[in-house]
Amino acid sequence: MKQIKSLEDLQKIREEALRKVNIRSDRSGTRITVGMATCGIAAGARPVMMAILDELEKRNVTGVTVVETGCIGLCKFEPIVEMYVPGHEKVTYIKMDSDKARQVVVEHVINGHPIREWTLESAELE
Amino acid sequence: MLYRSHVMVCGGTGCTSSGSDNVAAAFVSEIKKAGLDKEVAVIRTGCFGLCELGPVVVIYPEGVFYSKMKPEYVPEIVEEHLLKGRPVTKYLFGETVSEKEIKPLEETTFYKKQMRVALRNCGIIDPEDIEEAIAMGAYEALGKVLTTMTPEQVIDEMKKSGLRGRGGGGFPTGLKWEFAHKQKETPKYVVCNADEGDPGAFMDRSIMEGDPHSVLEGMAIAGYAIGANHGVIYVRAEYPLAVKRLQIAIKQAREYGLLGGNIFGTDFSFDVEIRFGAGAFVCGEETALLNSVMGRRGEPRPRPPYPAVKGLWNKPTIINNVETFANVPAIISNGAAWFSSIGTEKSKGTKVFALTGKVNRTGLIEVPMGTTLRDIIFDIGGGIPDGKRFKAVQIGGPSGGCIPEEHLDTVIDYDSLISLGAMMGSGGLVVMDEDTCMVNVAKFFLEFIVDESCGKCAPCRIGTKRMLEILDKITSGKGEPEDIDRLEKLATTIKDTALCGLGQTAPNAVLSTLRYFRNEYEAHINQKKCPAGVCQALLSYTIIADKCRGCGLCARNCPVNAISGQLKQPFVINQEACIKCGTCFEKCPFGAIVKQ
Repeated sequence: MKQIKSLEDLQKIREEALRKVNIRSDRSGTRITVGMATCGIAAGARPVMMAILDELEKRNVTGVTVVETGCIGLCKFEPIVEMYVPGHEKVTYIKMDSDKARQVVVEHVINGHPIREWTLESAELE
Repeated sequence: MLYRSHVMVCGGTGCTSSGSDNVAAAFVSEIKKAGLDKEVAVIRTGCFGLCELGPVVVIYPEGVFYSKMKPEYVPEIVEEHLLKGRPVTKYLFGETVSEKEIKPLEETTFYKKQMRVALRNCGIIDPEDIEEAIAMGAYEALGKVLTTMTPEQVIDEMKKSGLRGRGGGGFPTGLKWEFAHKQKETPKYVVCNADEGDPGAFMDRSIMEGDPHSVLEGMAIAGYAIGANHGVIYVRAEYPLAVKRLQIAIKQAREYGLLGGNIFGTDFSFDVEIRFGAGAFVCGEETALLNSVMGRRGEPRPRPPYPAVKGLWNKPTIINNVETFANVPAIISNGAAWFSSIGTEKSKGTKVFALTGKVNRTGLIEVPMGTTLRDIIFDIGGGIPDGKRFKAVQIGGPSGGCIPEEHLDTVIDYDSLISLGAMMGSGGLVVMDEDTCMVNVAKFFLEFIVDESCGKCAPCRIGTKRMLEILDKITSGKGEPEDIDRLEKLATTIKDTALCGLGQTAPNAVLSTLRYFRNEYEAHINQKKCPAGVCQALLSYTIIADKCRGCGLCARNCPVNAISGQLKQPFVINQEACIKCGTCFEKCPFGAIVKQ
């Protein structure tokens, strides 16, 4: 039983609960899109998305929305994850898997350092 | 569990009656079938306001708005939108969809001019989960009040905010609390009037269904301010969903220690119980309500003494309406200055209205005081259906009045409405188009009053009955020129002598229609015509010979064989035999029959 005995107790519950509901109000923060067309799903996008959700939850990250998107036409690079951080260029990660996805959450979303070698740009340079 | 997407299915009474239960069940089963149940949550919320378009579903994070949902649409939405991330535009609310983008709900004309204070969480949270309410800031105002403010400071804040009672009377809330606070006698009581009885009004129901914690929190704050430890919500038993959600909310608030003893670790205790009303209109009157709560006959008594002095069990009691209480936490959290910056000079804040009748988007809206009726009906409400002309809007329920087109630009506040012969009331807005007979409208409201009059005082019991008889006479074509004077005289007498607010305002429907639509009364009486073509007894149906093709359909369908003629020749209606049922008028495929 979580008895609330002070404003601090209430604040604690509020912060926890906010994570449950903030996708309904917060549309300004970081957006992560996962390609979920047939090609993406076939290449394993679903475990990637689950890993992202799980990692965000484990690390108490708020203000991030995870959305699905359709095929962007780069089927051979799927699963593709795109990262929109306000005020920064979009970063497109390709050929993701759950482990990579978890690292992206930690390095890019939390620490603010994109992992360049997994991006579309680096693939094009090769 | 963190979900990436929330499917918000409206669980208000409006959408529930149009089938949102089945829609929600379909989402749950389809989402499970698609294996998405770990990432997509289905949540039942309170009213979104656009009841016309129900059942309503909003899917986040995109915030897109599906309207008029059916369980059959759900598999496609799950497959396309939730699985592949492509909103299914054909099921979205048309106004939000354009070539380039899908607009979120708040950018539609329905929401743009609205400002949601009392409805702040309706449609946004799951009303059966206290944590969602807490996430949106519920109970912070209560915590602030208990730990940092004295009761006097709370009352002062309420007075400064300018909040006036939302139940109809418009009495300043802070002043009411101050009266009760100054009473020495104990115990004191806080009563929430949830006996919403106006025809077509569902503001309070929607707040209780969509955000019950805002009401509980407001009551607890009031309890602290006046020194009461006991709250009673008087709600009509006809609101089963509101009752259920209130019960869940009370239970959860107790579990979290937000109701009960030593709230927020202070020595303030407050608990709330629910009392059911059987739906008598008069029990919305505060003294009748108190009698009903105490198990007595629901009849009003003369005031003074006011309930603030002698209320429940003869102890000091404040009675506020649901919407009033829902405003209280917002005022405490955001400050009196914020609240009083909204609205007009003497009416502060926002008001919730139930928009019904001949208007395109019926539903629940909340606008700042000072919005014009035109904005509400034509911008938010989307105007009159089928290109018909606006005639009047009835505001304030049976106690209110009808406002005609020439006053549509009046700004809404307590005082401007009174000066137009209407009143704010609890916030029912019934829009009427050119096909509405104003005498008939007055009769409808008076019938309601006669039905609901408790019978305790003679002016209301006998006077309204006599007025109804006169109106009956007029609408059945037996009106005499003196009838208008008789109506006016009766109306004034009832106004001056009835015991309670209900009786005193009972003649308003007649007085306001007489004031703005006297010509319609005169047409009924002098020409024996109903200009809107509503009053059956004053109608006559005739066949225009030029348009009649002589098909005989009218004659075959006439239940009293009043139509005769030869095939391929114009038919004729025998006016003596005609019972004016209108069947021929509806059946004629060529529009050859006119009613006048």
